[in-house]
Amino acid sequence: MNKDNGTKIKELKEYISSVKDKKHGDSYLIAVLHKAQDLFGYVSREVMDEISLEMNIPTAHIWGVATFYHYFSLSPKGKHTVSVCMGTACYVKGADKVLQAIKDHLKIGIGETSKDGVFTLQEARCLGACGLAPVVMIDDKIYGNVTEKNAVTILKEHSKQNPKS
Amino acid sequence: MHNRSLEVFGKAGYFNSQLRIALRNCGIIDPGDLDDYLNVRGFEALAKVLSGIKSEAVIAEIKRSGLRGRGGAGFGTGLKWELVAREKSDQKYVICNADEGDPGAFMDRSIIEGDPFSVLEGMAIAGYAVGSDKGIVYIRAEYPLAIKRLEKAIEAARKQNLLGKDILSSGFSFDIEIRLGAGAFVCGEETALMQSIEGHRGMPRPRPPYPSASGLFCKPTLINNVETWANVPVIVVEGAEWFSSVGTEKSKGTKVFALAGKINNTGLVEVPMGTTLRHVIYDIGGGIPGSKKLKAVQTGGPSGGCIPADLIDTPIDYESLGKIGSIMGSGGMIVIDEDSCMVSIAKFFLEFTQSESCGKCTPCREGTKRMLEILTRITEGQGKEGDIEKLERLGNMIKKSSLCGLGQSAPNPVLSTIRYFRNEYEDHIKNKKCTAGACEKMLSYVINDKCIGCGACKRACPVNAISGSTKQKHLINQDLCTKCGECYKTCKFSAIDKG
Repeated sequence: MNKDNGTKIKELKEYISSVKDKKHGDSYLIAVLHKAQDLFGYVSREVMDEISLEMNIPTAHIWGVATFYHYFSLSPKGKHTVSVCMGTACYVKGADKVLQAIKDHLKIGIGETSKDGVFTLQEARCLGACGLAPVVMIDDKIYGNVTEKNAVTILKEHSKQNPKS
Repeated sequence: MHNRSLEVFGKAGYFNSQLRIALRNCGIIDPGDLDDYLNVRGFEALAKVLSGIKSEAVIAEIKRSGLRGRGGAGFGTGLKWELVAREKSDQKYVICNADEGDPGAFMDRSIIEGDPFSVLEGMAIAGYAVGSDKGIVYIRAEYPLAIKRLEKAIEAARKQNLLGKDILSSGFSFDIEIRLGAGAFVCGEETALMQSIEGHRGMPRPRPPYPSASGLFCKPTLINNVETWANVPVIVVEGAEWFSSVGTEKSKGTKVFALAGKINNTGLVEVPMGTTLRHVIYDIGGGIPGSKKLKAVQTGGPSGGCIPADLIDTPIDYESLGKIGSIMGSGGMIVIDEDSCMVSIAKFFLEFTQSESCGKCTPCREGTKRMLEILTRITEGQGKEGDIEKLERLGNMIKKSSLCGLGQSAPNPVLSTIRYFRNEYEDHIKNKKCTAGACEKMLSYVINDKCIGCGACKRACPVNAISGSTKQKHLINQDLCTKCGECYKTCKFSAIDKG
């Protein structure tokens, strides 16, 4: 996992060259941004410049696209990303209270990262696991039937079981 | 081909009165195994059309079946195919819209995860019918498992020459590519979706020209939803007559609903069109937990409306739901019980559409913002006389003047709740009261006789609104109280009533 920046940039460039000569090469911009976020964890201005040079698309356009879509993060994230589902089913079953409990515990708002850099909190639209509502996704693991009481325990357990360097 | 689930799961109450066409293989076959799919008559439909049926005949069959778009609007699928087939062009595209953004709907994800081949087969049949050799599946990046299974399925189908060049030596070529979304709700709208595939900001554009004439990369484009695609192979194999024998006069076949919210059995339910809401909620869904009363059913996600409990004998089809101020939509069905406040439910949906508005057209960008401000005011006890009328006027204006489906339907949850639950709005505005007890700012906190005078609430109160000496019952000064709820959370003796 711990690749240095040079290797990551190289991998990104390889990916770009594999798509840019296809028909309608420019249309792969969003795929390229996905790749960049996979590699770096977020899409920085520097990476956008790099993509701009490789794909021959102005950075302004890339910036416009990257900021339009919620999926792309423009700043570094914490070790674990906590997404509280705020879809209808979860909302009806009290997701707002779960979110508040997590906010209170981590002392951060939505889109922010806790001071120790461990958790980034975000709202999710709908994770499509409505049968388990309310749902919280930490990294890519889904926790169902979360309550305001057990939410904090789940956070702690998750970071204990999945220590990341 | 349909309803295999009954053979596998036996007569379980949940499945008994379902008719599973689109979900026919979900949970039955191994989605990663092409042979499994072939065993349940998979790719028989494609082989059938490629063995000499004329493309016009395929379109005629789909038209006769009466299949309508399952993405929400309910446009005739066969007609859509015909419009694209009629266009003359060196390149046409077939798109599968798997950008399932409606909160509370997960049938598209389940179909792709459970039966990816049926979607591919449906698309290939359409490719043959309209004269296209290129298919694209636009799928949400939030569905990693679905993406993985789809990739695997495409790979497997290519290996067996069910996709790619000269499929089954028929001379027909068709290949499918996956494109990922990136978390923008508006990209479920067809013109925005195509903008997104082209690598731009996903903003809708005015129609006409319709995608059938000028769509992706300005070429004729056929775009259908996942569930629609999954229906296609069954129609080809079992015939249009069989398919159109299911459902109502104008809405044929079945519809998958994602049943969730305050209901005993949550999950996907596929029932013939024309089934009543009551049947779905009580017979299949098993009713409301905790002997609570049903208050409303919300269908169609943020674009739909709330149907009050006394209308649950309405048959579910495109027209009937439209008549009572809701829509079929993609099939989300959220059950709401008496604990929920309809004003805050409306606010919840509007918050969603407001933040997902792409900002291109003014009615949607500004209008939803103003509506949300009014609703927020009402739920915080600051509602004013005339607010309801203002919401209605604004809502109707936004519906009429917005560019795309998002704006045109965004006011629906508000308008339908005003229509059926006007008294709740009035209660909030005139009496500053939320009967359901859901609007935090309108609650009052009162200490009851269980109080032992421990003083924990007094220490927790950030505005010093609680007074009382040790071991004596405490008192909350309602004029100072900001309703933050800290005392309620702190009290270990259930001595504080919220209401």
